[in-house]
Amino acid sequence: MLDSKIPGGPLKDKWTKHKNEINVVNPANKRFIDVIVVGSGLAGGAAAASLAELGYNVKCFCFQDSPRRAHSIAAQGGINAAKNYQNDGDSTYRLFYDTVKGGDYRAREANVYRLAEVSANIIDQCVAQGVPFAREYGGLLDNRSFGGVLVSRTFYAKGQTGQQLLLGAYSAMSRQIGKGKIKMYNRHEMLELVIVDGKARGIIARNLITGEIERHSAHAVVLGSGGYGNVFFLSTNAMGSNVSAAWRAHKKGAFFANPCYTQIHPTCIPRSGDYQSKLTLMSESLRNDGRIWVPKDMKDVEAIRAGKKKPTDLKEEERDYYLERRYPAFGNLVPRDVASRAAKERCDAGYGVNETGEAVYLDFSSAIMRYGREKATVDGIKNPSDQKVRELGEKIVEAKYGNLFQMYEKITDDNPYKTPMMIYPAVHYTMGGLWVDYNLMTTIPGCFAAGEANFSDHGANRLGASALMQGLADGYFVLPYTIGDYLANDIRTGEIPTDSKEFDEAEKDVKQRIERLINNKGTKSVDHFHKRLGKVMWDKVGMSRNAQGLQEAMAEIKQIREEFHNDVFVPGTANEFNPELEKATRVADFLELGELFAKDALERNESCGGHFREESVELDGEQKGEAKRDDVNFTYVAAWEWNGDPAASVVHKEQLEFKNIELKQRSYK
Amino acid sequence: MAANTGMNLTLKIWRQKDAKSSGKMETYQVRDISDHMSFLEMMDVLNEQLIGEGKEPVAFDHDCREGICGMCSMYINGEAHGPDRGVTTCQLHMRKFKDGDTIYIEPWRATAFPVVKDLVVDRSSFDRVMNAGGFVSVNTSGNAQDANAIPIPKEDADKAFDAATCIGCGACVATCKNASAMLFVSAKVSQLSLLPQGQVEAKDRVQKMVDQMDKEGFGNCTNTGACEVECPKGISLDNIARMNSEYLKASTK
Amino acid sequence: MSNSALSKSSVGRKVLMALSGFFLLVFLLQHCTINLLSIISKDLFNEISHFMGTNPVVQIFLQPVLIFGFIFHLGMGIYLEINNKKARNVKYAMNKSAVNSTWMSRNMVITGIMIFLFLGLHFYDFWIPEITTKLVQQDWSGLDASGEFRYWAEVNHKFHDPVRVGIYCLAFVFLALHLLHGFQSAFQSVGFRHRRYTPLIKKLGNIYAILIPALFVVIALAHHFCCCSAASCAP
Repeated sequence: MLDSKIPGGPLKDKWTKHKNEINVVNPANKRFIDVIVVGSGLAGGAAAASLAELGYNVKCFCFQDSPRRAHSIAAQGGINAAKNYQNDGDSTYRLFYDTVKGGDYRAREANVYRLAEVSANIIDQCVAQGVPFAREYGGLLDNRSFGGVLVSRTFYAKGQTGQQLLLGAYSAMSRQIGKGKIKMYNRHEMLELVIVDGKARGIIARNLITGEIERHSAHAVVLGSGGYGNVFFLSTNAMGSNVSAAWRAHKKGAFFANPCYTQIHPTCIPRSGDYQSKLTLMSESLRNDGRIWVPKDMKDVEAIRAGKKKPTDLKEEERDYYLERRYPAFGNLVPRDVASRAAKERCDAGYGVNETGEAVYLDFSSAIMRYGREKATVDGIKNPSDQKVRELGEKIVEAKYGNLFQMYEKITDDNPYKTPMMIYPAVHYTMGGLWVDYNLMTTIPGCFAAGEANFSDHGANRLGASALMQGLADGYFVLPYTIGDYLANDIRTGEIPTDSKEFDEAEKDVKQRIERLINNKGTKSVDHFHKRLGKVMWDKVGMSRNAQGLQEAMAEIKQIREEFHNDVFVPGTANEFNPELEKATRVADFLELGELFAKDALERNESCGGHFREESVELDGEQKGEAKRDDVNFTYVAAWEWNGDPAASVVHKEQLEFKNIELKQRSYK
Repeated sequence: MAANTGMNLTLKIWRQKDAKSSGKMETYQVRDISDHMSFLEMMDVLNEQLIGEGKEPVAFDHDCREGICGMCSMYINGEAHGPDRGVTTCQLHMRKFKDGDTIYIEPWRATAFPVVKDLVVDRSSFDRVMNAGGFVSVNTSGNAQDANAIPIPKEDADKAFDAATCIGCGACVATCKNASAMLFVSAKVSQLSLLPQGQVEAKDRVQKMVDQMDKEGFGNCTNTGACEVECPKGISLDNIARMNSEYLKASTK
Repeated sequence: MSNSALSKSSVGRKVLMALSGFFLLVFLLQHCTINLLSIISKDLFNEISHFMGTNPVVQIFLQPVLIFGFIFHLGMGIYLEINNKKARNVKYAMNKSAVNSTWMSRNMVITGIMIFLFLGLHFYDFWIPEITTKLVQQDWSGLDASGEFRYWAEVNHKFHDPVRVGIYCLAFVFLALHLLHGFQSAFQSVGFRHRRYTPLIKKLGNIYAILIPALFVVIALAHHFCCCSAASCAP
C-alpha cells in the first residue's frame, strides 16, 4: 500500500533522473493553478516563494502576525551543506553518510542523498538573497564543525542562523506578496483539510482576529507547519507551535510516520518552577569547552540544594564527570541523545543539583584556566597567579561564547564565568511527522508535507545544523519540482469551488468543534490539561521508555483527553480574538497525537536514535547498558493510519533498504 | 539563590475588546510572584487567575519566548519591553521588579499599529513596507552563482549582519516620540545596501520602502535616538544615517 | 524620482530640515562674530554694520534667502511636528522617555518656537527700525543726527533696558538647547555618520551650542553693564 516512489537507478543519479522524467506544468498554465501553503517557516516560506516565482497562485497561511515569526527563526547553530569550501574532504556522499548514520539508520537513503545533493544550492541561493552568513577576513564564507561530524560544513550567522535564513525566505515571499502572486493570510489557523473526490482541495481556516471560519480552495495543499514537540508542554518550541494542521490531515487519511522519534536536546536551561512556560536552548557548541558533572557524594548534592555548599567548593575528586567516565573516547561531545540520557540517569539516581532535582553542571572553569595559561604563555607572562590566569581565560571564553553566557545570566541571574551553568535536557525537535513519498506527497493525493512537518530525512535522530538544511531543501528545491508532477493533471480542472458539500461538511465540523469548546464551560483552563499531558509524556514517553510506562501513558492520556472534553473552560466567544480558544483547539489535537506517540513508542521495541527502550539495551561487553538497535525487526518506517481513535490506529510498514551504506552500531566509548 | 516567592504586584493593564471599541486601563493584583519568572510567565499567572474567576484573560502577543521571533510587544512602565536593556518582554525577568510595585502595561501605541485586542497590535504595516522592496529580486534556482563567487569584506558582512538581526518587533516605533519606523526600515535598507547582491536595486529599494513607510502613517525621524536605546537587538542609528544618505543619493540621481 | 520627491517624503523633508539648519548655523556664527566686534571695537562694528546694511548682495540677495531659510525651517518643523503627533493617536498612560532620549531632542519644536517668539522682539528692536530708516525714510547714510555711525549706539541703547536683556538671555538659553540637539542631528539627517568623526561632531556641536549663545549673552550683558553710551566707555 505504501509506495515511496523512489526512482530507480544508481543513488547519485536518482534525483536528476527523476527531475528529467516527471511531468511539468507549462508556464502559461501555472497561473490557472492555486496552491495553499500552510506555515511560513523555512519549508513553507521557501515553498510559497518558489511556487509563486514559478507562476502558481499561492495562498499562504500562518498563525503568527507575520510570516517572519515562524519558529524556524529560533534556530541558532547553523546549516550544513556539502560545499567542501574547507577542502577537508567533504562531499555529497559524506554528508549523506553522516546523516544516515546520525539518524541511526532509520531514514530513506534516496531522500537523504537528495538532501545532501541540493544542500550546496541552498547556500548559493541564500547568499544571492542577501543572507549575511559569517565570513572570514578574506571575504569568503566561514564554516564551523558541528555535532560530532568529521568535517567543517556548517554555515552560520553568529547564533542566529535560523533567523537569517528565515528572513531570506520571508524576503523572497515579500517580493511575491508585493507582486500579488502570494496572498498572505496572517493570523489564520488551518483547522481542517478539505478532500474532494479523494484529493486535497482546500482548507478551513479560522481568522484569529475576527473568529470567522473561512473556506479556501486550491489544487494542492502544502503543509509546512512544523513539528509537534509541544505535546510535551515544555519544550524549546515556540508557544504557538502545534500539530493541528498535520493532525487534521492525518485524520483525513494522511499516514503519520514514526511519531515517537523525538530529539531531546541536552543543553537547555533547567526548569525553575511550576509556572515555567517554555525551555530555552543553549547552543550545543558549549559542550566543546564545558565539562558536565554532578557531585559524587549524595551529601554534597544535599548540601548544594540546601544552599550550604556551592559547586565551586567541591574539589576535583569530589566531582563525577559522568560523560567522561562513561564515554572516554567522545567525553562531553557524545551525540545529543546519549548526552541527554546520561544526564537523566544521574538525576534519576538523585544527583540533580537544583531544587527540582533536574539539573547537572556544565562547568567552564577547566577551559577558562586552560585558555588562560595558553594566553599567558603567548603573552610571555612568567609564573602568572591563578587570578591572572583566570582573568585571561575568561576573556577568551567570553570571545567564544559571550552572547550565550549573557543570555544565561539574563535568565538565571547566575554568572557562568564564576559558577558552573546548570543544564538539563529538553524536547527540541520531532523527527516523526506526516509520511511522504519521494515527491513529498502524503498518502492523500494533493496534500504535501515539507520540513519538520513530514517524517523527514533524519531517521531516528537529527544531526545538528540539519533541520535548516532540510526545511530549505524541501521548500526551495524539492517541492517546487515534484508538485508539478501532480499538478500537471490539473491544468484543465479550473478553479475549485468552495460551495461544494465537502466544504460545507468540513466547515460544519470545525464550527461544531469550536462551539463544543466554547460551550463546555468546565472548571479548568486549557493549560491545566496541557501541563498534565506534558507531564505524562515527559515521565513515560520521554528520554527513556518501557512497555509498562507506555501502556500507562496511553491510558492516562486517554483519561486526560476525556476530562479535557468534559471539563475544559474556554473563556470568551468564538467570534473574536480568543487566544484561549486557539490553545484549546491545539491541545485537543495534542491529546490525540500523544496517545499515538506512546503507541508508536510501544510498538517499536528497539532503541534507536532519540527513541530509547529500556528493554533494548546491550547486556554485556564494552557497550553494556547502551542503546541496542534491532535491525532485523525494526528497519522500517512505522506509518500510522487513523482509524477513529488513536489506540485503534493501524500501522503500515515501509521497509527501509540500505544498498549504499552498511548498518553499524554507533559507538562512542 | 532561593527563589523569592513573595512578590505582590499591582498591574495596570490596557483592556480593549477589539479594534473598534475604546479601551481603558484596569487594575489587577497578582500575588506570590517568583523573581525567577519571566514577565510573560507572570502574565500567565494573571491569566490563569482571571480564568479561574471566570473572567476573560488579557490578550497579548508572544510566541518563541526566547527573544527572537519579535512577537511579544508590551510597553511596560513607560518603556518598550520594560526596564531592562537588550531584551524583549519575554526575556525580561521579574527580578527587575520588587514587592509592592505598580506596573503599567500598555500596547504599542502608533497609528500605524492599531490595537487588535488588549495588548495585541497589528503590525502588518511592517510587512507592507517589506513587500514594497525589502528583498533582492532573485528567483529560486538550482544554479545561482557559487556562494563564494563574490568575496564580501568581513567588515561589510558583519555590519550587514548586525542590521539584519532586527526582529521586527516594533519597539522602535513604540518608543519613538513620533512613532517613526526609521530604525526598522533602515535596518533592512542597510543590510541589503551593504551587500553586493543588494546593491543593484539599492536606489529603487530605498525609495519604495520609504514611500510605503510614509503611506502607513509612521511619523518622521527627529534623531532622538530613543529607538536605539530600547531596541532589544541593539540596532544602531548608523543604519538610519546610512538610509538617509542612500535616499539622498537615490533622489538626486 | 526627481528632486521634488525630496520635499514629499519623510526622509527628504528631514534632509531639507537639516540643510536649512546648516544654513542657519552658518548665519548664527556670522551674526555672533559681528556682534562680538561691538564689545571689542566700536568703529569696526560700525563699519561692518554699515557694509552689511547697505551692500546690495547682502540686502537684496542674502537677506531674503535668510528669511526664507528661517521660515522654511520653522514652518517645516511645525508641519512635521503636527504629522508626528498624528502618528500616535492614543497616548501612553505611562511613558518614561527621559530614560532613552534627551529633553532637548524631544522638544525641538518648543525651543524652536521660543526662538521664533524671541525673533519677533528682535525684529521689532532692530530690523523694523532699520527697514523704516532705509526704505520709508530713504536714509541709507547710516549716520545719526551728530553725523556719526548710528549702529553701535543703537545696539547699546537697546540693552539699557534690564527686561529686554533678561528676555534676550533667556532666548539664548533656548537657542543653546535647540542647538545641543540640532547641530549633531543635522549631520545624522543628511546621512553623515562615521565611526571616528561622529563623536567629534557631537563634541563640536556641544561646544558650538554652548559657546555661541554664551557669547550672545556676554555681549548683551556687556552692553548692559559696561558700555554706557558715553564715548569714554565705548571700546
